[in-house]
Parts: sequence; structure tokens; C-alpha cells
Amino acid sequence: MANKLNTLNKTNRWNYITYLLVIIAYVILQVMSSTGSISSSLKGMLVPICAYVVMAVSLNLTVGVLGELSLGHAGFMSVGAFTGVTAAVSLQNLIPFAPLRLAVSMVVAALFAALAGFLIGIPVLRLKGDYLAIVTLAFGEIIKSIFNNLYVGLDESGFHFSLLSDTTDLSENGTLIIGGPMGIGSIQKISTFTAGFILVMITLVVVFHLVNSRAGRAIMAIRDNRIAAESVGLNITKYKMMAFVTSAALAGSAGALFAMNYSTIVANKFDFNTSILVLVFVVLGGLGNMLGSIIAAAALTILPEALREFSDYRMLVYAIVLILVMLATNNPTLKSFLARLKPGKRGEKEAA
Amino acid sequence: MKKKFLSLMLAMTMVLGLAACGGQEESTGDTSGETADNTASEAPAEGTAFKLGGTGPLTGGAAIYGNAAYRGAQIAVDEINAEGGAIQFDLRYEDDQHDAEKAVNAYNILKDWGMQISLGSVTSKPCEATAAETYADRIFALTPSASSTATTEGKDNMFQMCFMDPNQGSASALYISEKGLGSKIAIIWKNDDVYSKGIHDTFVDEAAALGLEIVSDTTFADGNDTDFSVQLTDAQNNGADLVFLPMYYQPASLILSQASAKGYAPKWFGVDGMDGILTMEGFDPALAEGVMLLTPFNADATDDKTVAFVTEYQERYGETPNQFAADAYDCVYAYKQALEAAGATPDMSAEELCELMIQQFTSMTFNGLTGENMTWDATGAVSKSPKGMVIENGAYVGLD
Repeated sequence: MANKLNTLNKTNRWNYITYLLVIIAYVILQVMSSTGSISSSLKGMLVPICAYVVMAVSLNLTVGVLGELSLGHAGFMSVGAFTGVTAAVSLQNLIPFAPLRLAVSMVVAALFAALAGFLIGIPVLRLKGDYLAIVTLAFGEIIKSIFNNLYVGLDESGFHFSLLSDTTDLSENGTLIIGGPMGIGSIQKISTFTAGFILVMITLVVVFHLVNSRAGRAIMAIRDNRIAAESVGLNITKYKMMAFVTSAALAGSAGALFAMNYSTIVANKFDFNTSILVLVFVVLGGLGNMLGSIIAAAALTILPEALREFSDYRMLVYAIVLILVMLATNNPTLKSFLARLKPGKRGEKEAA
Repeated sequence: MKKKFLSLMLAMTMVLGLAACGGQEESTGDTSGETADNTASEAPAEGTAFKLGGTGPLTGGAAIYGNAAYRGAQIAVDEINAEGGAIQFDLRYEDDQHDAEKAVNAYNILKDWGMQISLGSVTSKPCEATAAETYADRIFALTPSASSTATTEGKDNMFQMCFMDPNQGSASALYISEKGLGSKIAIIWKNDDVYSKGIHDTFVDEAAALGLEIVSDTTFADGNDTDFSVQLTDAQNNGADLVFLPMYYQPASLILSQASAKGYAPKWFGVDGMDGILTMEGFDPALAEGVMLLTPFNADATDDKTVAFVTEYQERYGETPNQFAADAYDCVYAYKQALEAAGATPDMSAEELCELMIQQFTSMTFNGLTGENMTWDATGAVSKSPKGMVIENGAYVGLD
């Protein structure tokens, strides 16, 4: 009993360290950018880093905590990006205050992504392992195809939808928001680093609280031994769905944040490669290790830019660095060294 | 175990060392595509040359366009610097992998470098993203080849060297109708591609206005762009005598060979993306015999400028330049002309140059490889006339 309490405290302590590190990083970067001492290259990457961090942490909930391999996480990001921007465009006159509009559209994005996650979850969560991975992969591709063929316009009489070709038939004052393969253009760039930071913090609070709650322990019990969990009366579908939908919703708001940092967004951006990229963040950072995901997401977003001096060889160097980091983090000596430093050992078994 | 760890660390340092060497070697080697660093050392000292930057897909699926534009611009810059006139350039291209996110990253790298005037981005979507940045930062941009309308829309300092997509569509329809090339037209286009869609939409509108009959309108997308039997059968069954292919040349080459395999021989009509098909590896140029296309640049033209450029390009890179290279080459010379006329000096800030360039580009007339008497309007669109070409005996011949 005493031991159990002790671990719990250690876990909590570790969570607080994560919060603290994120806040410190934010404050340092904010001070540096206000004094103009960071390069515009790094400054331009701050918002995407926040979006990728949220993506990685939320995928870690599915992969690390729930223990199901999802290869379609970019699909939820896509749903969030498109619905979020649509919401932001339609609320432009209603809410002139940009940060509030951003917040509202991120909430809308999260809701739609959660809905998508729920619908996908019904068939997908009946599957296990490889099958689940393949179905989520297919789902990501379906989302991409849908947004590549979807046209959404807005005029006085409300929203107009059409598929395959543009038959939205808008009035003169109407605007075509989503233009099929053209994606969304002329997006107002309202995403800010502060908004990204707040989203990261919210994500961490949500994920940590979920993991440390009764439901979270049920989710981890399902991961560790499904049959045992079922035999003690846990509702497998309910808990799986809880983790999956939460993960989808967070990815959706990350998508909205990401999309509104660029003036244009296309569905092809959120393809299989993006899903894998986020999965790499998660695996590299350690399954179930949120701080690891954050560091990996930030480092691997900056790395390709930092390697630009290698010009044509930079993706090769990037791959080599990835392999070396993987080898290094799986090195037994280093691992035992890290284990001594690290109080909580959640997810370590899965990682092995 | 410690040994293992140590060897791993050693391996890591070695690889990094190697990679670093690779980087250095590359920047001193000249013959291949990578000469940006080299130029920087050749070019006049800091503050005496205009810093000209651009992003393009130098790696990845669209690398052929990015590299072509980069090489074209490089040749122009080297020529101008060798002349030793008042206007000197320092060119730097960064890779954007045909992705808006990476393009913005690349743009920020260029901004840190101190870019004064920009060549935008080579492909449309990335250029749309960087155009928003150049607009916000007041850096003048002239893109060689980003042809979508959204690139220049609402931005007073963003100009194009190529035709806008819609113009190509309507020009093609007009051309087909004027010359009476076909009465029943089939279109095969790529429905997840901005370029293809832009041309398709205006072509269909213009065709309707001109009374051209479109009997078949079929699509393909990324991922299912290798088998065109459905699209070709549809065109054939509907009796199309001309097939319009608004797309880049890779899918077009497959369409041509698959049509030939099934014995379907309509007239083929392409747009500027078709340019490059003759030099494509593994493609039999005989299949492209009789294909018509609208393109602003003809590598077989015999005027001095084109001949000099094509020879130089072939010498350096061992291939025939396409219109992306020619457009980028023209961009650099257009900049030279504008900077000279404005009396600009390299110590001016990007903002000052931006204002001067807007004035110059809206008022000047430019003669280049891709057209005579080019002018720009305030929206940033160029006005030049496309040349109709037909492929005969493996070479372009003017259609008029």
C-alpha cells in the first residue's frame, strides 16, 4: 500500500515536472522572441511545433496508454483543420476578436474530430493489433479523399455542400471555403504561439487526468491484459472508446491550430506520411511517456531545418540521426541509467 | 555493455563527421546542381550584390521542376555576375519538398539569410503559403512557375512569370476552336491537383461559350495514376477525336503509351506541364508524335538567346531545359532590368526595393526566352502569348 502511494506520488511529480518544463520553455521562447533574439526560422516553427506536440501526446494516449497502433492520426488532424478553418471563416463577422475566434474554432474542430473518432471507433475498436492498424490507415486515406473532393461554400442562405465537382451555386456575396483539391486558401493567420502553448497545456491536463483517473487505470488494464480486464467486469468498448475519442478530439484541435498558421491548407498534407511522422515522435519519445513525446516532436520538427546545410543529403542525415537515436534509447546501459533518473515507469514494458 | 554503448557513440560521431565532410565537399564541388554556397563565395562581397532567394522542390516527387527552376536562375545569375555590371546577384535556393509547411520554413531560413528580393516558390500551393509571408514582410516576389490564381490574389507585391492556370484553359479552348482541331473533345484531368483543375474548369467554361462539344470528362488522382484504360475507353466510346490533357507529363506519357497499345489515335492536346515529355527517361518519343501543346518556351527555337541558354544548360547539366528553367532564367533578367531602371542599390532594404519593384513591374516591358513584350498588370499576372507547338520527328515545331 505504501509502495503504491509512493509510485502515485512519483507519477504526479513527473507530471508536474512536465508542466513546469513546458511553461519554462514557453517563457524562455516568449522572452527571446520579444527581444528579437531568435531567428525567424525558429519563430516560424513555434506554432507547428505546438501542433505536433499535441498530435504526439494525443497519439501517445492511443498507442502508449491504450496500446492500440493507430496509423490514421493525421486523418483526425485533417478533420480538425478543415472544420476549424470553416468555423473560423464563418464566424469572422460574428466574433471579430481573433483569439476568441481561434478558441471557438478549435473547440468546433475538436468536436468534429471527436465525432469522426467515435464513428470510426465503432468498427475499428472491435479489431486488435495489425487489423486495427490497417483499418485506421484506410480511414486516414478515406478522410483525405473526402476532403480532396468536398466543396463547401457559404453565403446568406447558409452553407452549401457538394461532392466531386463544384455545384455549390453560391450567390454573389458567397465565398467558397473548401475548394476540393485546392483545399482552403486565403486563411487568416490567427494562430499564435501563446494559443499553441495553451493548447499544449490543456492537452497535458486532459491526458494526465485521464491516465491517472479510474478510467485511465481501466484503460491500462485493458492494454496489459484484455481478458483479465474483461473478467473483472470492465466495459472494454467503453474505455477503449474513451481513450480513442479523446485522442481524436485533441488531434482535431491541433489540426485547427496548424491550419490557421498557414495561409493555405490542402488535404494531401494530412496523408499517411504525416501519420507516420507523428507515430515516430511517439515511438522515439517512448510509449506512454508524454514528456518524451513533447521533446521528440519539438526536436524532430526542428531537425530537418537545422540540417539544411547538408542540402540534398539532409533527409539522409535525418534518417541516420533517427536510427542512432533509436539505437541509443534502446541501449540497455543508457536505459538503466534513465530508469534510475525517471520515477514513473509507465509504458516501458510496451516499448520493449 | 559499456563497450557496446561506447561503440555506438563512436559510430555516431563518425557518421556526423562524415556527413559534415559531405556538406563541405558539396559546397566546394561545382559541376552538379548544388552551387548556391559556391556562388556565395564567388559573388562580390557582402552588401554589393542583391540577395535573391527562392524555394522549390529540390528533392521529392516534384524535384524535376524545382531543380529546373533553380538551374535556370543559376545560369542567369552567373551570366549577369560574369558581365560585372552594376547589378550583381547572390542566389540561394532552399528545398520545400512541394509542401506549404516546409516552404514557409525554407522562406524563414532565407529571411534569416537576409533575402532582399524573392523568386517565390516554384510550385503553386507552396507559393501561395510563401506569398502570404512575403506580403506580410513586404519582400517583393516574382515566381517563375506558380500558376494558380490564389498565388497573386490580393497581394500587390507578388508577380508571376508564367501564365495563370485559368488563362491556359481558355487559351487552349480558343486555340482548338479557332484552328478547328477537333469537334468532339474528351478531357482527362487530375482532380486532386490545383494546376489540372484550374485549367480544366476554365477550359470547360470557355469550350461551352465557343460551342465545342465535350463528350467525355474523366478524372484520376494521386495513387491511381498508372492505369488509364477506363478513361481512354470512355473517350473512345464517345467518339472523341481530340483528347485534352491538362496535366504534367508523367501521367500524360502513360496515357499516350496506353492509348497507343489499344490502338486509339485521336489528336492529343496538352498544356505547358506537358513540356518535358520528350526528354523523359524510358519514354519513346515516337508515341508523342503529333501531340499539340501550348507552351511559352521552345527549346528548339533558333534565336540567339534561346540557343545560348539551351547550350549552356546542356553543358552544365546534361539535359534539355524545360519551361520552368526558362521562366526562372527570365525572372532573374526581369529583375536585372527592373533594378537597373529603378536605380536600385544592394544596400537598400527589402521594403524599399519592394516599392520600387512594384512600380517597375507594372510599367515595364520585358523581352525574354518565354515571350516578347511581356507586361504585368497590377494583379501580378503576366501578359504574353502562348505558342502552339506540335511534336514532329521528336522535336517541337511551331503550329502556325
